[in-house]
Amino acid sequence: MTDSEQIARLQGIVEDLLAEARKQGADAAEAGVSAQTGLSVTVRLGETETIEHTSDNGLGVTVYFGRRKGSANTTDLRPEAIRESVAAACRIARYTSEDPAAGLADPELLARDVPDLDLYHPWDIDAERAADVARRCEDAARAADPRITNSEGATLYTQRSGFVYGNTLGFIGGYPTTRHSLSCAVIAQQGDEMQRDYWYDSSRVPEALADPAAIGRRAAERTLARLDGRRLGTRECPVLFRADIAPSLLRSLFGAIRGHAVYRKSTFLLDQVGEQIFPDWVTVSEDPLKPRGQASAPFDNEGVATRYRELVSAGVLQGYLLDSYAARKLGLQSTASAGGVRNAHISSSGESFDELLKQMDRGVLVTELMGHGTNMVTGDYSRGAAGFWVEGGEIRYPIEEITIAGNLRDMFGQLAAVGSDDDIPSSIKTGSWLIERMTVGGD
Amino acid sequence: MSHSLTIARETLLDVPGLSEAQLDKVMDRLLSRRVDAADIYFQYARLESWVLEDGIIKEGSHSIEQGAGLRAISGDKTGFAYTDSLEMSRLLEAAGAARAIAQAGQHGAQGVAGRNAPVPLYRPINPLDSLSEEQKIDLMRRADAAARGADPRVQQVIVSLVAAHDIVLVMDNAGQINGDVRPLVRMNVQVIVEQNGKREQGSAGGGAREALDFFLADDRALGYAREAVRQALVNLEAVAAPAGMLPVVLGPGWPGVLLHEAVGHGLEGDFNRKGTSAFSGRIGQQVASPLCTVVDDGTMPNRRGSLTIDDEGTPSGYNVLIENGILKGYMQDRMNARLMGVAPTGNGRRESYAHLPMPRMTNTYMLAGEHKPDEIIASVKHGLYAVNFGGGQVDITSGKFVFSANEAYLIENGKVTRPVKGATLIGNGPEVMGHISMVGDDLALDTGVGTCGKEGQSVPVGVGQPTLKIDQLTVGGTAA
Repeated sequence: MTDSEQIARLQGIVEDLLAEARKQGADAAEAGVSAQTGLSVTVRLGETETIEHTSDNGLGVTVYFGRRKGSANTTDLRPEAIRESVAAACRIARYTSEDPAAGLADPELLARDVPDLDLYHPWDIDAERAADVARRCEDAARAADPRITNSEGATLYTQRSGFVYGNTLGFIGGYPTTRHSLSCAVIAQQGDEMQRDYWYDSSRVPEALADPAAIGRRAAERTLARLDGRRLGTRECPVLFRADIAPSLLRSLFGAIRGHAVYRKSTFLLDQVGEQIFPDWVTVSEDPLKPRGQASAPFDNEGVATRYRELVSAGVLQGYLLDSYAARKLGLQSTASAGGVRNAHISSSGESFDELLKQMDRGVLVTELMGHGTNMVTGDYSRGAAGFWVEGGEIRYPIEEITIAGNLRDMFGQLAAVGSDDDIPSSIKTGSWLIERMTVGGD
Repeated sequence: MSHSLTIARETLLDVPGLSEAQLDKVMDRLLSRRVDAADIYFQYARLESWVLEDGIIKEGSHSIEQGAGLRAISGDKTGFAYTDSLEMSRLLEAAGAARAIAQAGQHGAQGVAGRNAPVPLYRPINPLDSLSEEQKIDLMRRADAAARGADPRVQQVIVSLVAAHDIVLVMDNAGQINGDVRPLVRMNVQVIVEQNGKREQGSAGGGAREALDFFLADDRALGYAREAVRQALVNLEAVAAPAGMLPVVLGPGWPGVLLHEAVGHGLEGDFNRKGTSAFSGRIGQQVASPLCTVVDDGTMPNRRGSLTIDDEGTPSGYNVLIENGILKGYMQDRMNARLMGVAPTGNGRRESYAHLPMPRMTNTYMLAGEHKPDEIIASVKHGLYAVNFGGGQVDITSGKFVFSANEAYLIENGKVTRPVKGATLIGNGPEVMGHISMVGDDLALDTGVGTCGKEGQSVPVGVGQPTLKIDQLTVGGTAA
């Protein structure tokens, strides 16, 4: 099936769903349908270990009877499953409460056209050739150093998907996408000590993936750098979050300004729109219409047109992340955020990574975060970590088994610098973050 | 034939019109190369969830998941394909894709030595129908009212109720067919409290492989509501947690997430076959203090982590992992057991038909010791008493693990004093297990809330332990 036939098929299913919902008495309805096929091949210690053919369908429908709603979803796209799902959603809507905020998106916000964001670049590759690519990646990692003694393997994953959303306001739109990734994880051994690390790349376009050997070598370098890790005494000091883990700090920001957290008053950034939450050189934006972007989408999960937007300008919080529901709860308009932030970016204060090390002078470079120790209501932050001790502006030795703790409010407010080193495979673009002072727990 | 197997056959073979002869044909296709083991896994799952928020029933959702996963194994290589359609043509197509992993030739698949016939651990019921919609809503409303009535500082209450009905059927390469009907219910109450502009949250819940009236029995639902409020109010008073190495006393029950992270994952057979775990090659060695006996027990009736059979058809077991500090064995699925030359332990689990099975935990807990909890606390001069936790994570290769306390207190001069804010605890699995110096006589399991993630797959699990003391552990607070 070509991509356009696939989209047409999914459109047909959405139309059937909406018609079935009307037939079963719903006043309004919306539905999203996706179909994805893929191939995942893992090579471990030079041999093909796993070949997995993936094929995932998903259908979600929400029906409204006045301001009461019911939802259903299924992985089964056959007509009987569609009827069962609509019936289940309608049955549920008999029991949910009248909710003035419930309903479809505001009609004037719906996308009028669906721009082509160049997200579909299928990779015509069979299992054997996929294994060759993965093998080149793992071979490079294993050849990097005799201390690389074991491997979790290298995995090439390629998928193509189609997605269509429609609602009873007359909106229907869809588009095909592809995603390709190559990852590698290896183990280094020295005496009794074993360390593991990984690296990867991900892209909409097969040709844009990094060289497999380069990914493998980077996985090996990252793993080797961990060997001989020491512990550290408990102290207060500056902390530099390396760019590849810094997206998690932005995810905490996004979690705190999600409309649902705001109307529930379950966020440490309650009532902060218009307030200075970062230093004045910080801009945080999202660019959902970026061509080939990893998180690009022409409309959100409710059909609302997406657009470039600044969430933080000159350090001041500009607004929340609102879907139609949260918007109505707060008396605001949807910001096309159903489904999350798309292609986020934080401005750099201009320093290179080496300059950040110099600026920090003496402190902890964090390269791994563990656990979920973030309290979104209070902003209290406490995570397990590993990284490097920096002194005289230079990396001295690896450190492990430490904690870093603070409060996200203070961490955002005391952000000293964001590096220009934003060359990471994440859809969230950021350089490394230097935070002036945190508590480091160790011996 | 067990009642569960009868239901599974009806749902997954009779309804779609698949005969055993047709299954044999699909299996023959899977085995038509040099394959050592193969299976076909059928699943029919229905899940219903409800959310109460702002005092109203805000959302309800119904979900359907069904299909078949086909797997062919050759040595340590696996081919896998799945389909959401149970038509013969699609099953044969998936079998053809899965077997491509193996080279042309004769299959060498053998039957798996039989374990005892499975003993049913839960009733083969459909929990979605176990209460009427009116009763489900009433249950949630009563929990909401109990939370709001517990304290005037309660600002927001979110109650969720989930019922899942999972029917599975698995055929292995010897033609053996096993089936299971797995009910699972879960309820949760989350509250936000506010006092003088300061806000905090609390959350409590439970679940089991039961009908929804589980939450009516013993006023469980109301208990979750009161517990969530209690926790949130404690946290309103919390001061900064200490930072650095301290003696830590863990309360009974859910703090057993320690064992799940510190030793559980590291004892899964796949990591040990590949030699990537900090516990690899250490069977027979001392890996914990002699006070520690840790088991993985899938055979506890009605528990969230229990399984009558695992997802490969092997009956679950009571598996001793560590006995008096000595490493006894790993948790195995069939492939890793075969490659390591041991018996499968009933730990082969998968999230769904669309995922590959691997060794996973069921209910993992430490057996009781002989100390009274009070004695354990009294033995600490300055330390942390942690009674409730969020999630954890482990790096199985280095052995480093974390788990995050969300209700903890200072111990000062042998007494529990002030509550402290949530903090992450970090340590090295084998090292921390060696620092366990006292084990209480109060073994408890969690209330049925655990979900474990591994390689992107989630499965329900249980944890448990008695009160125990770790002589030193790094605590990630802000009070240096």
